[in-house]
Amino acid sequence: MKSVKKHSQIKRLVFSSLTFLFLFTFSLSAQGDAKAGKGLFNANCAACHKLDKKLVGPALGKISDRRELDWLKAWIKDNNALRASGDADAIAIYEEYKGSPMTAFPQLSDADIVNIVAYLDADPVKKAGAAPVAAAAVDVKEEGSSNWISYVVFLVLAGLVVYVYFKSDNGFLKIVATIILLFNLAYFGFTALMSVGVDQGYQPVQPIAFSHRIHAGDNKIDCQYCHSAAKNSKTSGIPSVNVCMNCHKNIGEVAEETATAEHSKAFYDGEIQKLYKAAGWDSENLEYTGETEPIVWTRIHNLPDFAYYNHSQHVTAGGIKCQKCHGPVEEMEEVYQYSPLTMGWCIDCHKETQVKMEGNGYYKNIHEELSKKYGVEKVTVAQMGGKECGKCHY
Amino acid sequence: MASNKKYWKSVEELNENSSIVAKLEEKEFVSELATDEFLGDKESLEESSTSRRDFLKYVGFSTAAASLAACEGPVRKSIPYVVKPEEITPGIPNYYASTIADGYDFANVLVKTREGRPILIKPNKLANGTTNARVQASVLSLYDSLRLKGPKVNGNDVSWSDANAQIKSKLAELKAAGEKVVLLTGTLASPSTEKLIADFISANGNVEHVQYDALSESASLDAFEEVYGERALPNYDFSDAKTIVSIGADFLGDWQGGGFEKSYTAGRNVEAGKMSRHIQVESNMSLTGSNADKRIVVKPSEQIYALINLYNAVTGESLPSKATPKDGAILKAAKQLKNAGKHGVVLTGIQNKNAQLLALALNAYLESNVIDTAAVKYTRQGSDVAVDLLIAEMNAGKVGAVITFNTNPVYTLAQSEAFVQGLDKVKLSVAFASSEDETASASQYALPVPHYLEAWGDVKIQEGSYSLTQPTVNPLFDTKQFQDCLLAWSGSEESYYDYLKNFWSKEVLGGTAWNQALHDGIYTSEAKALKGKSIDALKAAKALKSSVKTGAFELTLYASTAIGNGQQANNPWLQELPDPLTRASWDNYLLISQADANEQGFSNPVRDNGAIDGQYANITVNGVVLENVPVLIQPGQAKGSLGLAVGYGKTKAMKSEMQVGVNAYTLAADFKNVQVATIENIGGAHKFACEQLQHTIAGRYEILKEVSFKDYSNTDLDPKESWNQVSKVSLKHEEVDVNAVDLWDDQDRSIGHHFNLSIDLSSCTGCGACVVACHAENNVPVVGKHEVRVGRDMHWLRIDRYYSSELDENNEERAINKNSSSDEVDTYYALEQPAENPQVSFQPVMCQHCNHAPCETVCPVAATSHGRQGQNQMAYNRCVGTRYCANNCPYRVRRFNWFKYNENSEFDFNMNDEYGKMVLNPDVTVRSRGVMEKCSFCIQSTQAVILNAKKEGRKVAPGEFNNAVACSSACTTGSLVFGDVNESDDEIIAKKEDKRAYRLLEAIGTDNNVLYQVKVRNTEEA
Repeated sequence: MKSVKKHSQIKRLVFSSLTFLFLFTFSLSAQGDAKAGKGLFNANCAACHKLDKKLVGPALGKISDRRELDWLKAWIKDNNALRASGDADAIAIYEEYKGSPMTAFPQLSDADIVNIVAYLDADPVKKAGAAPVAAAAVDVKEEGSSNWISYVVFLVLAGLVVYVYFKSDNGFLKIVATIILLFNLAYFGFTALMSVGVDQGYQPVQPIAFSHRIHAGDNKIDCQYCHSAAKNSKTSGIPSVNVCMNCHKNIGEVAEETATAEHSKAFYDGEIQKLYKAAGWDSENLEYTGETEPIVWTRIHNLPDFAYYNHSQHVTAGGIKCQKCHGPVEEMEEVYQYSPLTMGWCIDCHKETQVKMEGNGYYKNIHEELSKKYGVEKVTVAQMGGKECGKCHY
Repeated sequence: MASNKKYWKSVEELNENSSIVAKLEEKEFVSELATDEFLGDKESLEESSTSRRDFLKYVGFSTAAASLAACEGPVRKSIPYVVKPEEITPGIPNYYASTIADGYDFANVLVKTREGRPILIKPNKLANGTTNARVQASVLSLYDSLRLKGPKVNGNDVSWSDANAQIKSKLAELKAAGEKVVLLTGTLASPSTEKLIADFISANGNVEHVQYDALSESASLDAFEEVYGERALPNYDFSDAKTIVSIGADFLGDWQGGGFEKSYTAGRNVEAGKMSRHIQVESNMSLTGSNADKRIVVKPSEQIYALINLYNAVTGESLPSKATPKDGAILKAAKQLKNAGKHGVVLTGIQNKNAQLLALALNAYLESNVIDTAAVKYTRQGSDVAVDLLIAEMNAGKVGAVITFNTNPVYTLAQSEAFVQGLDKVKLSVAFASSEDETASASQYALPVPHYLEAWGDVKIQEGSYSLTQPTVNPLFDTKQFQDCLLAWSGSEESYYDYLKNFWSKEVLGGTAWNQALHDGIYTSEAKALKGKSIDALKAAKALKSSVKTGAFELTLYASTAIGNGQQANNPWLQELPDPLTRASWDNYLLISQADANEQGFSNPVRDNGAIDGQYANITVNGVVLENVPVLIQPGQAKGSLGLAVGYGKTKAMKSEMQVGVNAYTLAADFKNVQVATIENIGGAHKFACEQLQHTIAGRYEILKEVSFKDYSNTDLDPKESWNQVSKVSLKHEEVDVNAVDLWDDQDRSIGHHFNLSIDLSSCTGCGACVVACHAENNVPVVGKHEVRVGRDMHWLRIDRYYSSELDENNEERAINKNSSSDEVDTYYALEQPAENPQVSFQPVMCQHCNHAPCETVCPVAATSHGRQGQNQMAYNRCVGTRYCANNCPYRVRRFNWFKYNENSEFDFNMNDEYGKMVLNPDVTVRSRGVMEKCSFCIQSTQAVILNAKKEGRKVAPGEFNNAVACSSACTTGSLVFGDVNESDDEIIAKKEDKRAYRLLEAIGTDNNVLYQVKVRNTEEA
């Protein structure tokens, strides 16, 4: 899996540098510095304005067609003063937006405003060849192929056995063949039964095609921004819809380049509409209707009821990265179960992982006694009792 | 000392030739598997159409089908909040300070909620809160599926707005006509509600408020009011008491609202070198009597003489009385009282104002500082006279409306019929009730009130202490608070919450922040001691003496530890909680002494599975007959006296399994708990669910050790050689302590936590709060009457009750009642009549978490194994149910799931109920059929404590483990202490090194992690 991850990183690096170059050359042709303007726009304006759509405030694309630059400068720096001066346009806008005033930006210089306007006036950039991110390679497939080989081996062996039975008169050979046959049957039988109830690779269809690739990968949102319970609680917590709306109140559609060969922009925009429906968000009038509808997700990682697992134990106390168990989620278009979640898998990790004792007051005594009594500085989770039945089964 | 006494749990054990006892001692599982029933009948086997081959086919097919079905896992859905409440993190519990005040139990509690559902009640130790079994179980009553789910008028559903509008207009009509409106409530003890009612009365003029207690303390209230001018109950602080004489007052039970056990055990802190002497004069064997140092058994009528004689002996006066056979003992008690002086106290439970006056006079004479007239209690407010008057007026047509709240008079009144007739005559009857109980069904309007965990409120349990009740869950049903309705009827727009908040900021808080009070659950202020008037003891004694009624039998009605006054009778945890003394559950029964039983022909035959049977009696009191009451013989019951618990026999809003027992309230004529009765043996065979003989410890009675306070304090005595002996064995022809030899390798316990639980047998009163707390915390299933009867109860923690006989005392008594051939004075003679007045010891027993556990070695699948923190762990998913472990356990603490107790209509208790299931602890597995289970040392809680410390990067604070574990945190008296012996500042270290510490059956070398502290009795006579 590691190689796959790197591979896509390299790919992304190449693409983003290409995009960067492209943007850079384009910006040279504009009057102001549209690139600098974009940065300023995103930092100061994007919370309330979009280029092509009304958000909290009006759409600002091609603003120069509608407003004079001087008027814009005055408005942006201190719209309150402009209104007080009796400017009819300023008052009209204020009233159109039901008296909600725009924040004043006295810190923006004239040059900054020129740059922003340059960005606003520029034609929307169509990114050539938007990154069709490599679909996450799932190891299940690889495993499938290795299984296939063993089936061939099995068939060949079976063929040999059949040959020995029907064509050979050698009794010893027949006994040997039978033993081989039995061993094979036992091996395959055992393997098949051991995989019962192991749902590695389980990838159910979710009510909203939420893409971790876009959120955790492209936008680098921290896992725990949404799964905020993971550091405190036994469950990682599926984020409530209000957490989604923290961002999606402003993000009603995806960028062109987010679309992939698999899913179009229209598809993703449709998914965001599903979120709005759940949250009861009226994206036309930009207000909550109060008609909410909880999202019924399908659980991917299912532990049986008799096994106790605590996220915060691993995330906060143990300092384990989410990816260790959940795999490269930031590359997954749809999340699947990466680890087998079998008891053997848990135990193997507990046997290898050393307890993080440094700097934790809880372990102070234990650490001192360990080094005093046994001359040991490090212990594994299993040595601290992490292999005991009762620690997870109660 | 242990060696001189014989301990026994059931009278049957005193019969040396009992084959049943021998069998029960040998077998962990007494019932044979039904193989004989199944295979023994040759004929039916031959006739059966299923051949052996067919059988194997079916087995093969079902195995294959089950395996195939298991290949596909179920699809599970997860639904997050749309808007997550700020204070809720799924998986993390929230705690809220609140107060229970249901008219019977009053306590400051902490409510543990998970994902917005209350799941556990803990005592609020900041507010000095204590919890008993009923308070612990009250969380399950919230999820009672038979609660009233919406308002009703004459049995039909109605909306709240309609109901309120109709009642409001009817009240207006009544006001215009000048007809009387009566608010009949239980004890409220709520300052804001009382203010609200006072407002309502002054606004309307025709309203009257009557308070009524099902178990009346009217006599005490009247007496206290007469002397001190305040209608309240005196408080008692036993922590400095030297001599306590209680005449029929069950003060460790529910007497006057209870809550005294904490100061009682504080006054018996032998480590601090003090131990009060407690003398109990009583007829029924009560929880208090069983904890007493000396128990004087007299029937109720003689208790009155005992009180007057005690008064005479202490004060030297000669009030009119009568000599009784127990006067010698009373004289000794009086002498001890005098010696104790102001550290002495007299309590009486006699329901007679004059008796209460005499007790107050005695305490005044002693200048007792045990009785507290400053922090007086408001836990009982009912007035018998007012209720009698109300019923008379209702029947005379003088009352226009009756509004009941927090009371169920139709069930609890002896003159219930008269009340119902009166209710039919009033123009408007409204019942605020949590379920459609007897009163709600007899009233026109049945209005559902929220459970205390869904409601706002305030409580003044005692003077100077104000507690708050706050909602911990959204109302489950369409309920409204009584106070909100009262406000609505007065035409006020204000909600009760606002009213309460305003009331507190004006009248109570005096500048303290409301939020702080709400967070703490309590606000305290100064309380001034009341001055008493002098009491005319002669007049009181004369009146008291003339009130004595005697008869063939004197019946005392009492509240059982589990059910109390019966308002939580539909709670399966309480029904299954065994009575601390009789060890019977799911029943009430007539208690009778052995001597009377012999005369009347009653017996309790024992079945060979340990179950106990009994005959029925008809009881007649004042012409009222209560039929088919099962009879149980109670050792220590006064001859000529009977006992019967109230709170049973309820039929309305009760699941059919819980409709057990008879309604003893019907006998409580005149609100009196003592009645003259006659009984008739009508035979029959009643099947008790009684655990007296089950889990017997196979004659190894050295598990109980006790010592007198004198010997304990004697520093010349080496405990190891005298009262806390360790068994000896011979090693290389030398006598050594048994624990010096071990077949096993020691476990390395030096690093990390090592848990021990210490149980002080001296301060365990047997109240059962820990048993219910364990049920709640660990999802322990309720199994029902029949399964308990056959010894399949699932209690992880049981409180064994042992009787023992004091040899010298019996000799003394025999001298008085010389009736048989008493020439042969051998030591064991006394044991022939041991049931007359046995001593009682309580011993909580749970998994002992042996370091060298016998169960672990015999498990064929390694389902039970050892943890380095000292727990003996049980992996349910690994268990295949061989039950070898239970057979090999010397302590009989392993419980087998004979059936699937959840989602099974055969066991229609809380786990088969969509509401009842909400109480389950999400951190603990619900066990399935066929696995063994037992105490886990609350590993889910200790692990949570450890994890919190790790996350916060700190050491575990002292006492943190003790407060996390269900039984020890529920223990009011501090008898159970849980802690980490590897942590030098943990309380458990002192307990472990105490000279009283011992382990159960030390000789067998299991090296337990549960310690016991030898029981100390103050046997010092005057």
